[in-house]
Formats: sequence, structure tokens, C-alpha cells
Amino acid sequence: MRKALLALADGTLFEGRALGYEGETVGEVVFNTAMTGYQEVLTDPSYKGQIITMTSPHIGNYGVTPEDAESRRIWAEGFIVKEASQLASNWRSRQQLQDYLHEAKIVAIEGLDTRALTRHLREHGSQQGIITHVAEDSNHAVEKARAAPSIVGRDLAATVTCGMSYRWTEGSREWALSPGDKIGVASKRRWHVVAYDFGVKLNILRRLVDVGCDVTVVPASTTASQIETLNPDGIFLSNGPGDPEGVPYAIEAVRQLIGQRPIFGICLGHQILGLALGLKTYKLKFGHHGANHPVMDLRTRKVEITSQNHNFAVQVEHRIDAIPDRPPMVGTAFGQVAVTHLSLNDNSIEGLGCVDHQVFSVQYHPEASPGPHDSAYLFTEFIQLMEKRHV
Amino acid sequence: MPRRTDIQSILLIGSGPIVIGQACEFDYSGTQACRALKEEGYRVILINSNPATIMTDPELADRTYVEPITVEVVEKVIERERPDALLPTMGGQTALNTTMGLVKRGTLEKYGVKLIGASAEAIHKAEDREAFKHAMQRIGLRVPASGTAHNREEAIKILEQIGFPSIVRPSFTMGGTGGNIAYNREEFEKIVEWGLAMSPVGQLLIEESLIGWKEYELEVMRDLKDNVVIVCPIENVDPMGVHTGDSITVAPAMTLSDKEYQRMRDAAVRIMREIGVDTGGSNVQFGLNPQNGEMVVIEMNPRVSRSSALASKATGFPIAKIAAKLAVGYTLDEITNDITGVTKASFEPTIDYVVVKIPRFAFQKFRGADPTLTTQMKSVGEVMAIGRTFKESLQKAIRSLELNMNGLSSREGLDRGIPEGIDRQLVVERVRQHLRTPIAERLWHVADGIRLGLSNDDLFALTKIDPWFLEQIRELIQFEALLAGQGGKKPIVLEMSLLWQAKELGFSDDRIAQLTGVASASVRLQRTEAGDGRRGVTYKRVDTCAAEFEAHTPYLYSTYGSECEARPTERKKVIILGGGPNRIGQGIEFDYCCVHAAMALREEGIESIMVNCNPETVSTDYDISDRLYFEPLTEEDVLNIVEREQPLGVVLQFGGQTPLKLALPLAKAGVEILGTSPEAIDRAEDREQFRDLLNKLGLRQAESGMARSVEEALKIASQISYPVMVRPSYVLGGRSMQIVYDESGLLEYMTSAVKASPKHPVLIDKYLSDAIEVDADAISDGTNVVVAGIMEHIEEAGVHSGDSACSLPPYSLGREVVEEIRRQMKLLALELGVIGLMNAQFAVKDRTIYVLEVNPRGSRTVPFVSKAIGVPLAKLAMKTMVGRSLPELGLIEAPAPTHLSVKESVFPFNKFPGVDVLLGPEMKSTGEVMGIDQDFGWAFAKAQAGAGASLPKGGTAFISVKESDRPAALEVARQLQRLGFNAQATSGTAAYLRSHGVHVETVNKVMEGRPHIVDHIKNGQVALVVNTVSNASSHADSLSIRREALNKGLAYYTTIRGARAAVMGIEAILKKELTIRSLQEYHHHP
Repeated sequence: MRKALLALADGTLFEGRALGYEGETVGEVVFNTAMTGYQEVLTDPSYKGQIITMTSPHIGNYGVTPEDAESRRIWAEGFIVKEASQLASNWRSRQQLQDYLHEAKIVAIEGLDTRALTRHLREHGSQQGIITHVAEDSNHAVEKARAAPSIVGRDLAATVTCGMSYRWTEGSREWALSPGDKIGVASKRRWHVVAYDFGVKLNILRRLVDVGCDVTVVPASTTASQIETLNPDGIFLSNGPGDPEGVPYAIEAVRQLIGQRPIFGICLGHQILGLALGLKTYKLKFGHHGANHPVMDLRTRKVEITSQNHNFAVQVEHRIDAIPDRPPMVGTAFGQVAVTHLSLNDNSIEGLGCVDHQVFSVQYHPEASPGPHDSAYLFTEFIQLMEKRHV
Repeated sequence: MPRRTDIQSILLIGSGPIVIGQACEFDYSGTQACRALKEEGYRVILINSNPATIMTDPELADRTYVEPITVEVVEKVIERERPDALLPTMGGQTALNTTMGLVKRGTLEKYGVKLIGASAEAIHKAEDREAFKHAMQRIGLRVPASGTAHNREEAIKILEQIGFPSIVRPSFTMGGTGGNIAYNREEFEKIVEWGLAMSPVGQLLIEESLIGWKEYELEVMRDLKDNVVIVCPIENVDPMGVHTGDSITVAPAMTLSDKEYQRMRDAAVRIMREIGVDTGGSNVQFGLNPQNGEMVVIEMNPRVSRSSALASKATGFPIAKIAAKLAVGYTLDEITNDITGVTKASFEPTIDYVVVKIPRFAFQKFRGADPTLTTQMKSVGEVMAIGRTFKESLQKAIRSLELNMNGLSSREGLDRGIPEGIDRQLVVERVRQHLRTPIAERLWHVADGIRLGLSNDDLFALTKIDPWFLEQIRELIQFEALLAGQGGKKPIVLEMSLLWQAKELGFSDDRIAQLTGVASASVRLQRTEAGDGRRGVTYKRVDTCAAEFEAHTPYLYSTYGSECEARPTERKKVIILGGGPNRIGQGIEFDYCCVHAAMALREEGIESIMVNCNPETVSTDYDISDRLYFEPLTEEDVLNIVEREQPLGVVLQFGGQTPLKLALPLAKAGVEILGTSPEAIDRAEDREQFRDLLNKLGLRQAESGMARSVEEALKIASQISYPVMVRPSYVLGGRSMQIVYDESGLLEYMTSAVKASPKHPVLIDKYLSDAIEVDADAISDGTNVVVAGIMEHIEEAGVHSGDSACSLPPYSLGREVVEEIRRQMKLLALELGVIGLMNAQFAVKDRTIYVLEVNPRGSRTVPFVSKAIGVPLAKLAMKTMVGRSLPELGLIEAPAPTHLSVKESVFPFNKFPGVDVLLGPEMKSTGEVMGIDQDFGWAFAKAQAGAGASLPKGGTAFISVKESDRPAALEVARQLQRLGFNAQATSGTAAYLRSHGVHVETVNKVMEGRPHIVDHIKNGQVALVVNTVSNASSHADSLSIRREALNKGLAYYTTIRGARAAVMGIEAILKKELTIRSLQEYHHHP
């Protein structure tokens, strides 16, 4: 049993056992409360720059399988679990979590009081930390944690986006949603959608294909005029890591694209859209990372249980203290923008929709993976916008 | 949407007596529902025949009817109270079935009562097997191949398509009653016959077997706006084929990937919508093929269930309370999550710990019962444990069971390795054999299999338990070997890091001691001395959100971590120890007392701290006490809490035997025991001391002696003369008490049932035949004693007091006898220095009173007496323990009610085919009902109806009694004849009755050829059975009569006193119409 240490920038230390690749790693330490889907979490590019703590105590139980990866590799900087399973038991499992981490050179730690750590992050905020398997002076480890770069203002999307554009045609196949659920009814014609890759999760692309899109994925740095030359039916702004203010070029591109064609943004895409509309963003104390976040669609007043993973959020001038009777309106250079979705946990903004343009976005993850499928209807709404424009 | 204003009053139907498959969890749900609806300002009307429930406390509803839950009686309630709405989803299958009965009868329509929570269509769609199957097919979900049969021929036709093994499930039964798995034609036919008899509508579902598939349950909530949340996914450790109530289960699900889980979640949501459960909680069960992930829907319950209780306790999400609020129109987003205080109920709890539930069984109480676990539930109770890992939680659950096992103790003597010289192959074969069939002890056999070197593949092939769980158990066994290896070195202390590791894995001090040879006390000392802020026992909060938000509710569990969240207050506080798992002899009555104790402390301004591990209970609701520790009730776990909380004292007298066992160890550890002293408890329990006590007070006891050998036993028995009651001073295989009538009976008992030795003597008491037994409950503050209730048993002495029906006040004892008992109670209470409650049992023979036993603690009858006289005894008792006097509390004398209250016991015989239904000194009942009326006859009749066997108003009475009962039976027969009954009897009894002028028809005994009495019963030609027997051989002859009477749901009596009471009941129902009254009216509450 190799010992390992987690040191936080504020000097808090947790001792545990080494897991994964031997070495040390730094990043912003956050916690995720999802009870399933550790592989999807690890491979979500939005975690670039972060060390993830899973609050669910047993991780690795059902192993890993290539099918469940949300991108081509693990992006998280490190992984913290209470207990990594010694045995993976599931008919789909192809590999043990430990081996997967090791292969991907991910430094991880287990056997510490992850609840105590989570409470600490909740009280004192997410902060830089280090996992080290190297026996060293803990003061030194704390210093290294302090020296680690913050995610604020950094362009992390650039590090995870694709090198060049590509076509995506694969749907969810046997994991497609049933017609009995709210989406899955494919549109009668195929729509050409250009998807900005700020760190896109594959399930977004699969869901787009499911509802009738032919997707061209483009790098984060693609300009508005380059998009225009592709002449898509709609534009999709993907999720991604870090601070939206770190990608000014994307904000600028989106600003030019608003009003041209239907735009749908998710997560970082939503924040970039918010900034493009002239709204502001701010960093949350410890972010939203989990699969149980209730969000109200203020247009229908229905609640959906959503998958979330973000550290920043869009804000409007007046804080929303209570659930409003109808979507609040905000005036912008692009006309009225409605706050369409709201978090029932902390009243933070979860969705925006332009009144005068075919543009909308959500902070959370309708593609789920991991998480509930309640919000999959948003992909259909995107199709409806393209249909409207087509007519 | 705000609450509905078109309704003002709501009728709630409870679940009636505790039976297998329907236990305390419906008191939990009913209580939450009552409180939630009252909070919303509705007028709440409740019917429940079970007096031992918190929900039937008069404060919880506006009108509380402790009346039998039958369609006729509920109709009366509706006629009288005119409720605007009926909420049918809180009282288990009983409430659903009764509701459907009311719908069919047109009662709801007639009185304009709206169904809320679930519509009749939804209930039908979910409950009717065929309708459910079609519904699932409509939404593209697979259900096991199956067909519905109404008779044997249809059943066989379906079998031909499905093949073996096949599962037979009767429709509309609870806990899978009558269901089973058939592997061959003979079994199949037997099960079909049984199932047809069990189903109230005579309908069976015959189904493809999915034995070995993984089984899951999702607890789902839905509101009027179609918001749906999953409260918790639960995974069964035991695969399909074992009823989920009998399975070890774990939350959250452990072996599902997100893709698989979300697919299941989507299906559950679709099912809610298709079935049309508009509001409230439901439970959906799935089977999953471990080879390829294929998923089938097993069933759905459109109501709160045992699993809802478990999910509520496992997550902190109060399903029943929220379901009640949804039923009156609120939506999930309008309800605040109590625990965080800031977030809404429209979310899905996420948990950062593991919950393990293990059922508890009582097979040893039912000789001849088949202990194989099947699709019909057989467990009588359950425990739940919370730990940070499955391993820790499993070990905590094991010690919560109170089976004298402090861990995965080997059943083959392999705890410290495989002993030299044993035939290993033989042991391996035996263990393999055990593993092939699911039984209660399978978990321990798995552990032994691992000790013997069986691989996960071997174990999986034998048990179909998911390898993930097998691996967890393996890790524990491997660690045990490490600990046992320490033992070889005979250490005084353990290596500290090893000890911490053991504690993190959930090992109890006792188990560590057992494995290492270090004394348990030293283990404790070592870890308490070494523990500091960073290591040692810590308490974490159950907060629904994995620490994402602050928890304001101190709902705690222990683990070994680096941060403690207990944050004890500086207030005056008292710890109440709960009753642990339900079992026969210890059930809901004790939880009732504990809840009252918590309420009393609140009223006294003292902080109440509850410790319990039974997830079905009201006491483990986080808002009942100020602080809740969901922990095993062992010395170790309780002492840890005491050390953390530093209470004024600990209360032991309400939780039954469980906390009482801890009296001496806790006192020894310097813990203050509130109320009656542990010495006084000992004085009443120790035979010698007790005899001295009675002598001192000049009270009489039946003659008795203690035998240390067979010879001594024979000598004592002949001295005090037969019949005698014998019992071991320790219990072997659960066969404890018996009445023996002669020397050969005693010899058989002494040689086969017990082994007397100087260390374990056998106790022999004179059996007072034909004596009347009396139960009495008193309350004392140390100076003043109030005898609250004196109950005359209906069955004669010799039938366990927990199994006997009883009447308050006594219905046949003279006034002087009652007064004398009252006097003796006061003497006893004062002499013992009782502070709190005391129960005693007496036998009255020829006007002489014998003291049978005294228990200076809350008894099983406390809730019954409290409801009969309208005084909350447990609450007052708690107050006396914190220094209040009875006069101060306004209790000078117990009220003498003018009405009669009859308690009747309820038995699980219908779950155990072939087991005899005769009553004896060993308790067998799982629950009780209460009948209240102005006269004894009606009160008795109501109690019978409440217990499920309504008295007939006419027809044929079958009488067959032992010789000594004939004169008494004659009286019964004459009365029945006068009331218009025909009489049938077997030859001996018939001849006797006839010779005394009773017109009686002789019928064949089973052995005398057909048609015999069992044929008559089967054909519905018998309305009432009176059958008493003397000895074992006559038991066997008449067993089939009693079993068939049970199957047919007939009123049957196996004692003459019971038969006499039945006659009084029949006379009453023939003479007078049924009238009902609420507790509030009986006790003049506003």
C-alpha cells in the first residue's frame, strides 16, 4: 500500500492511498455528487484543469468501457475517491478503473475522508490542490498547490478542442432514447449543424445525430466567416472547461453569428453566448457538479433533474431571489433576452433565450451522460428552430 | 399549485395489524401522512385496527377509528364522517384492496368521496397482473412471459408455454403471499392450488422464471405537473427468485453503469405516466440479465411501501410526507427539503454512504416451516445500517440483527483458519450445498465458502450473487485472516494501523477480539485512547445531497473518518434506546413507546436522542427526536454515542429486550440508567431473587423447581405434579417453552429439545390448567403507583400472553379478584422501586391469584392500554423518569372506561404451509388488533374481524374437542344451537353432545374416509371451527382441519375459552347492528 497525500492551497491536508499513475498532479479541486458515471466524468473535457473528488464512496464498481467515454481521453488532472473497487463487475466492462487511470497517466488518491474534503470545499470554496504519491514535506506540497495556475481567465478550451474540423455521424444506437420518452422522434429531414468544439462531449454529438442532424465539428478558434462558408442550418456551441472570459475570440465569433441562424449553446457555450449578448459571468464558490440538480423551465414551470458541471455562471443585473411567475426579461444589444431556466437550488441562471433571434442556451447538460435524460427535449427544440427558419 | 381547496376532510386507511409483508412501515407512512395533512389544515379521519401505532394516537387525526378495516366498516365511517376525499396509498395492500372494494361497491360514488393520490384505474392497472402486462407492452417494456389463470386447467395450459422453472404469483396479495417457484409438475400443481386459495380474487399470474437475474427497485415520486424524481435506486444482493423483502438490499445501486441506470430511470418514469399514478410515491421493480443487460419490469406498487420506508431512511427524503402533500395538490418544487432548509423536494437525493438492509427471520418459531427463501416473503423484520462503504455497512447491519453474531462469524468453525484434521472436502461440499438454495444464513455460508477457497466464479455459479458483492465479502474475510494472524502472536495490544483499518472496514470490537484473542474491552480502550480529532469514531450526517448543502437535521451515523459532524449541544439531554429489528415477541409496540418517550422529553424541554436501526419505524424519522443516531444497538455502538453526547442518562425501558440486555454493561461502564434501576430489573428477572421478593410480600407463585439433569427434572415434576411448564434457562434452536402432561412428555423434552446441565438448568413450573391469565400494566414515580390496566386473557393460562386475546376491563373476573390484583401490582411496584412502567402477569385459578412474572419496563400491552383508557402511559412514564411525580402529571387514578376493549393477536400461519396453528407457551404472533365497543361481545367480534376472521352469523359449526373439554364444549354447542347454528362433530364429541340433547351431525375425521371434515370445509359448508387437542398425536390427526380453516379464512378456535368468547361475539352481532365510535368520542377529546 503506497501512501499518498492531498494538499490544498489553504494548507489542509488529507492522507490516503496512492491510486492510478505514480507521481504528482496539480489542479483545482472540485467535487462531483453523481452516483454513477465516473468514466463519463473523467473523460468530460470540461474537467480540464481540475482534480475531481467523487462524493459517491465506491468508484470503479462496473469498470470502464470504450463506449462510455465522452471524449478521446481522460482530461481531469487528478481523481479522488473514497474507495476504488478491486473488482469490476458488469457485462460491458472491458477494463478495471485502476488500470484505466494508470494507462492514462492519471495520478489519483483513495482512502481519505472524501466527505470531510467535500465539506471543506463547500465551506471554503474550490481551490488549487495537489495529489502526490511522492513522500515529501507537506509544507512543500501546500506550496506547490498554491503555485498551481488558477482556471480563472485561462483559455482551457484551446487545450481540449479538436485540431481540425470533422464530420460526426454516429448516433446513440442501442442507447437511444425510447420514443416513449420526450425525444427521439427524428426530424423528417437531416439538418446540417456546425458544432463549436470547446471541449464537446460525444453524447451531445450523438444526441444531435439522433434528432436528425449531420454534424460538422469545428475547432474553438473557428471564425464567424469560416462558419458562414459552411452554410449550416444551425450552430451549436459546446460545453468546455474553465472560464468563458478566457475565450474572447469565441465570444466575438458568436456575437457575429447571432441573428444569422439558429444557435444552441450548452454549458461553456451558454456562458460564451451570455457574454456575446453583453451579459456578465462570475465564478461560483464551488461550482455545480452532479446529476441531481433541479432546474425549472420557467416557460412551462416544469422541473427537470439535470446533469451539471460548471464553475462559472451567467448573471443578470438584478439577482433573482425567488422563482418568478414568468421568464424575466433582460434588455441587450440583441434585444430582449429571456431567462428561461432557473436552478431551484440557488436560483442561478440555467437557460437563456433571445426573444428576437433563434438563439437559446442552457447552463446544464441535456445530453446527460452521466445523468438523467429529462432535458433531452432541448435537442428537439433546436430542430424546431431550424425547421421554422427553413419554412 | 397551492393546496386543493375543494376538499376539507380526508379519510386515511391504515394497514391494520403487523403481519409478514406489512409491518411498521405503514405506521411510518400513515403517521407522516396524518401529520402532513393536519399541518395543511385538513380534517383528517383515520381508520386503523392496530392500536400499537403512533398514527392512531388521538392527537394525530381529528377522528380516529380503531375499528376493523373492512369494506363494511369503512363504509360506515364514510357515512358518519362524510369525508371529501380518500387517500388510499398510505396503508399498504390492505388500504388499496379496501379502497378497491369501496369503489366496486359504489360507496365512494354514493357519498361523493374523491380518490386522491391514485385513481381506481391506476390501482387496477398496476395491481391486476394482466392489465399491467398490457400496459408495459404498450410503452415498449418487456415483462416476463406469463399468463393469467383462474383455475388449475388454465394454469397448466400456460405452463406448457412457459416451462420450468415457473413462478406462480396470486393477484392482490401482499408480500407475495401464496407465491412460489415450481421446478416440476407436482410442485406446480400444489403451488397453484395454494395460490388460488390465497388470492382474494382467485387469480394467478404464472410467469417465466428469471432466477439469477439481478434485481433492482426504484422509488419514484410524481406530482400533478408531471414532475418525476427517483428518490433512490436499490439493488438486491440476493438475485431474482428471492422476495425483495427477504433479500439483503443495498442503496444506492452498486453495479449499474450510468447508461444502464438511466435506461432504468427512463423506464420507471414512463411506467409512472402509463399507469397514471398522478401524485405520490411508487415502487418499480426491475430484473436485469447479468449476461447482457436485458431488462424486464417485474412489478410496480402504486403506493408507498416497505421499500419507500427504506428509501426514506436511506436518503433522508420523507417519501410519505411528501406523497401526502402531493396528493392535496402541491408540486415537488413547492415543498422545501427539510434537511437543507434551502433546497426543494424536486430533486434526486444523492448519497455519499452505503446503506445495507438485512431481513430478520423467525423460522425457529414455526416448526415444519420451509426455510427456503422464495417469491413469498417470510421475514418478520429488518435492520438497516449506514456506513461509508458496503463493507462497513454490511458489518454494522449484521451486528444490528441481534443474532449473537458480531460479524461474518464462521458457521463451520473456520474463524481462525481451517483446523487441522478436518475433512476439508466434506466441509466444502456441505457449504456448496448450503449455497445452492437461498436461505437466511446464505451470507455466512458465502463467507465460509471464501474461507474454504471457493473463487468468485464458483460462488457466483452457486448463488448468482453479483461478483462485486462477493468480492466485498472476500476482502472482509481476507482482512479477518490478517487479524487472526495477529492472534498467533498473542498480542496484548494490536498494531494501531491495523486496528484503524479494521474499524474502517466496520469490524466490531467484539469481532476483532474474537479473531485476535485480545479482550474486547482492551480493543475499545486502545482505540479510544489513540483516537483524536483525525482518527477514531466519527459521526456523519444523512443530508440528501452528499454534503453539497449544509444539513440542519442531526440525522447521524457512525463511521471511522477524519471529521465528526455530531456537534452535540450543551442542553440537558436523554438517550432513548430503540427496539431494533421487528421479530416475534418484539414489534411495533416498543417503537410506539420510544416515540412517546421522545415526545415527552420534548414537552419537558429536554433534548431527546434516539438510537435505533429499524428502518420501518416511526422512531427513526428524523423529526421525531431532536437527534437521531441510526446505529446498531450494541454495547460498543451505544457507548460510543454516550461518550460523544454526554447525556443525563439513558432510557432502556421502552425498547423491549434489546436495550434491556444492555442494562448491566452500560451501568458497569458508568452510564446513568434512568427510571427503574438495573438492580431492580435483575431482581425481577433472577428466579431466586424473585422468589424471595414474592415471599417477602406474601404473594403466591406457582410451584416450581430447577433441574440440572433429567433425573432431577423427573423428581421435581412428580413433586409438583403434572402438567408442568418447562423451559430452558437458555434457548436452544428457539424451542423454548412447552407444557408437558406426563413423564414420557417430559423425558422427550429433556432429551430432544434441551440439554440440562449445572450451567444451564431447565426451569419447571406447575402448569395451572384451566387458570385464567391476567396481564396488568402499572406506572409509578417511586412513591405513587397507578395500575393503568388489568386485562383478562381470553385463552387460558399456558398460551403465551403475546398470543392470547384479552379484554380490558376483565369480562369474567370478579371485582374482588381485580382489586386484589391491583393491590399486588402496587406492592410489587413499590418494593421494586419502579420508576416508569411495570407489567406483570398473573394466573387466577379458583379465585387464587398466582404471580407468573414481573417485568419492570414498558410492555407489549402499553399502547393497547393507553388507547383503551385514553392515557398516554409511555409519555407519562418518561416524565416520571426525569423527576416528575404522577400527581404533578395529573394521574391519580386510572380512568375506568365504560366501554370494552379487546385485543386479538394476528399470526403469520398463512405464510408457512403445513405449520400447525395451535397456540402454546411459545409466542408466534406478529401483531395485534383492537376492537372497542360498549359490550364485550361486539368488542370481541370487532377484534376477530380486524384480525381477518369475521364471526359468522349462522351456518354450521364444527366441534371436535379433547375429552376434558367436552362438558365445556356442550355449553358452547347449546349456545350455538340456540343462536341458530347447525352442529357437526367427529364421532367422540358427537356422541357426547348427542347424549346431552344437542342435535349434531357426525362427520368423518380425515382418517375415517371421505367425505371428511376437510372436504366439508373446502366446500364451504362450515362456518365456524372449534377444535381443541390434548397431546402431540392428536395434533397430527387434526392438523389438516385447522390448516384448511385457516386457508378458508374461517373463524376457528383452538381453546374452549376462545370458543366461549366467540359465542358471546356471535350473539352480539346477531342482536345488535354494528356501531362505530372514534377514540376522540370515547375519551371526550374535542
